[in-house]
Amino acid sequence: MRIASSGRVLGGIALIATGALVLAGCTTSGTKSAFLPCMVSDAGGFDDHSFNELGYDGLVQASDQLGVTPKKVQSDTENDYAPNIDTLVAQKCDLIITVGFNLSSATLKAAKANPGIDFAIIDDAADANFDGKPDLKNVKPILFNTAEGAFLAGYTAASYSKSGKVATWGGMNFPTVTIFMDGFKQGIDYYNKQKNASVKLLGYNGDPKTATFTGGFEANNVAKSTASNFIDQGADVLLPVGGPIYQSALAAIKDSGENVALIGVDADLFNTDPTTRDVLLTSILKGIKSATADVVTSAAKGDYSNDPYIGTLANDGVGMAPFHNFQSKVSPDLQGELDVIKAGIIDGSIKVKSYLA
Amino acid sequence: MSGEQERPTETTPNRSGDVLREIVGGNIMISVLAIALALVVGAILIAFTNADVQAVAAGTSSRPGGLPQAIWDAISGAYGALFKGSIYNFDQPDFASGIRPLTETLKFATPLIAAGLGVAVGFRSGLFNIGGRGQMLAAAAAAGYVGFAWPLPAGIHLIVAVLAGLLAGAIWGGLVGLLKATTGAHEVIVTIMLNYVAFYLLSYLLSTPGLLQGPGSTNPKTPAMLPTAVFPELLGPDYNLHAGFLVVVAATVAVWYLINRSNLGFQFRAVGENPNAARVAGIDVKRTYVYVMLISGGLVGLAGVAQVLGSITTGFSAGIDAGIGFDAITVALLGRSRPVGVFVAGILFGALKAGGYSMQAAQGVPVDIVLVVQSMIVLFIAAPPLVRAIFRLPVPTGQRIWPTRKPRSVVTK
Repeated sequence: MRIASSGRVLGGIALIATGALVLAGCTTSGTKSAFLPCMVSDAGGFDDHSFNELGYDGLVQASDQLGVTPKKVQSDTENDYAPNIDTLVAQKCDLIITVGFNLSSATLKAAKANPGIDFAIIDDAADANFDGKPDLKNVKPILFNTAEGAFLAGYTAASYSKSGKVATWGGMNFPTVTIFMDGFKQGIDYYNKQKNASVKLLGYNGDPKTATFTGGFEANNVAKSTASNFIDQGADVLLPVGGPIYQSALAAIKDSGENVALIGVDADLFNTDPTTRDVLLTSILKGIKSATADVVTSAAKGDYSNDPYIGTLANDGVGMAPFHNFQSKVSPDLQGELDVIKAGIIDGSIKVKSYLA
Repeated sequence: MSGEQERPTETTPNRSGDVLREIVGGNIMISVLAIALALVVGAILIAFTNADVQAVAAGTSSRPGGLPQAIWDAISGAYGALFKGSIYNFDQPDFASGIRPLTETLKFATPLIAAGLGVAVGFRSGLFNIGGRGQMLAAAAAAGYVGFAWPLPAGIHLIVAVLAGLLAGAIWGGLVGLLKATTGAHEVIVTIMLNYVAFYLLSYLLSTPGLLQGPGSTNPKTPAMLPTAVFPELLGPDYNLHAGFLVVVAATVAVWYLINRSNLGFQFRAVGENPNAARVAGIDVKRTYVYVMLISGGLVGLAGVAQVLGSITTGFSAGIDAGIGFDAITVALLGRSRPVGVFVAGILFGALKAGGYSMQAAQGVPVDIVLVVQSMIVLFIAAPPLVRAIFRLPVPTGQRIWPTRKPRSVVTK
């Protein structure tokens, strides 16, 4: 040891130091090389043409821009929720997005056990103690004030209706369903006030308890006979809220042979389901894809908080689709009126009430 | 017509008895080889469905090592993830978190072993209990109701809830035994139909306020269990393994004693071997059917109890059985209807379940591959001659092969 020249020792130290640096470089790039966003579906699966799929599209879009590869696991039954989230925790995900209020309790439990991992949940307030705030620092709710988009659709429906009757109904009594009906009603009321009209809404009178529901999210006979009933009562614009139950409404419209228009929800049905094009007045849009992409992108930049993301007209998180084939059938003044209303909702001069605002 | 109805009750026990003896009589080697073959089939499917392998094979992508390396990466990655998800995760820094997958395996194995024991008791007595789903749902409803709606002191609450679940499962199963004993109704038909009855009954209870539906909620879901009714966690809050596992270990020992050492178990086996001979020997076959189904239903009910009071304590809906009632049949087959065999088979299936999640998460392997592996195991177990033919095993002495048996059984009919 003592014989070794200082130059050699220095060289050795330099070598060790370089090695350590290289190793350090390896380990940092090995464990933290890339941001890892992950997603768990609910029992609907990632191919549901609805919020699971839209959420996953958003995850993929953001991941492609970031140049990372996301991980996803699909839940086949409700028993898979907790194990799937646990598995993603073990995969060292940085951000875990769970899709749907069904995963709420499993998400909160996993988030509590893993304070170092960021979570986000779509369509749920992450608020199990009902104090109006997210329960945990590391669970971000992604919510959509679809009442604002539905307000525009309600105004449109009231303007379009020739019979003076429009109808809405839901799949089940969930807040994420009734919020559409709520905004729709307010839009019609606003039209009636502005134009001194008396367009009537069937199926919803402002109280979710007495609203019409098909009892599920399946396109079945109940959903179809519900739609037929409203057509028989003279409604000529229909807003069915709840996944595929619009398909039953479409069948009922075709069976009736009458001139009845349909309003879609979540995505623009004109693109996602071309069979609706002949009867589709418009769609109420829910920007699940862009919202998910936003949350992933900002979390990757280290800009994560548990403040709820609430999609509104102002941030384009919700909206209303173009009229497409119905452009010539609606009043020529309608688009102008809607633009004014939209601006009014954004600046607050027109109030849209919902459980989120 | 009446003559037609008489005959099946005479012949069916014999024929299903033959099949059962074939299944139960297979040796351990067949089981092990069946698992190995199933894993090979799974590996082929993993290789075929892997995007990298497809890209290399189509020539759109090249990588060092070519196609064999891509196939090897896909298979080793998937089965590596299966191991890491079910036994030990080497990616974790310390032993405490590395061993967590094994505790998950035991958690998933708990209801599988319980239900597998129930099905095995039926098999040993010559009864096919396909009603695991209905018995689990009945037990889950009863245990769950006691668990969330009856505030009782700690300790007593858990015991009462467990007993309520066992009782409900036993009644749901015993009903089948009673129908078979009194009317000759075939247990396969009755158990399958009772699955639907239980499912829709539970769906009704779950969507009716004041019964099983959580107060203030419109979802078809119960409220969370009260903390006093929940199986305590065995290894602390970081692990999901609960005391239900200990109950299942005790149940395994109890079933072993019942089948191998007790008088009642001897009667079960005698009826399973040949109900006609058992009747001649003075065994009340009809009463035995009722006892078998009571015990079988109670054990399957334990699986439902373990689900609601152990695995998913935040409230449950009609899907709480998670297919365990049917997986239990596989577990009982793989375990050759021996209590210890069922225990081992249950842990293997628990490992496949736990590892399946991480295969999906880490490697993007469709979770269905795991189901295929499980199904292939059953297929190979149910066809010992196929396994023997593949591995060129000798036919064991004392065991007749199908071609010589078939004509004889026709003659006896």
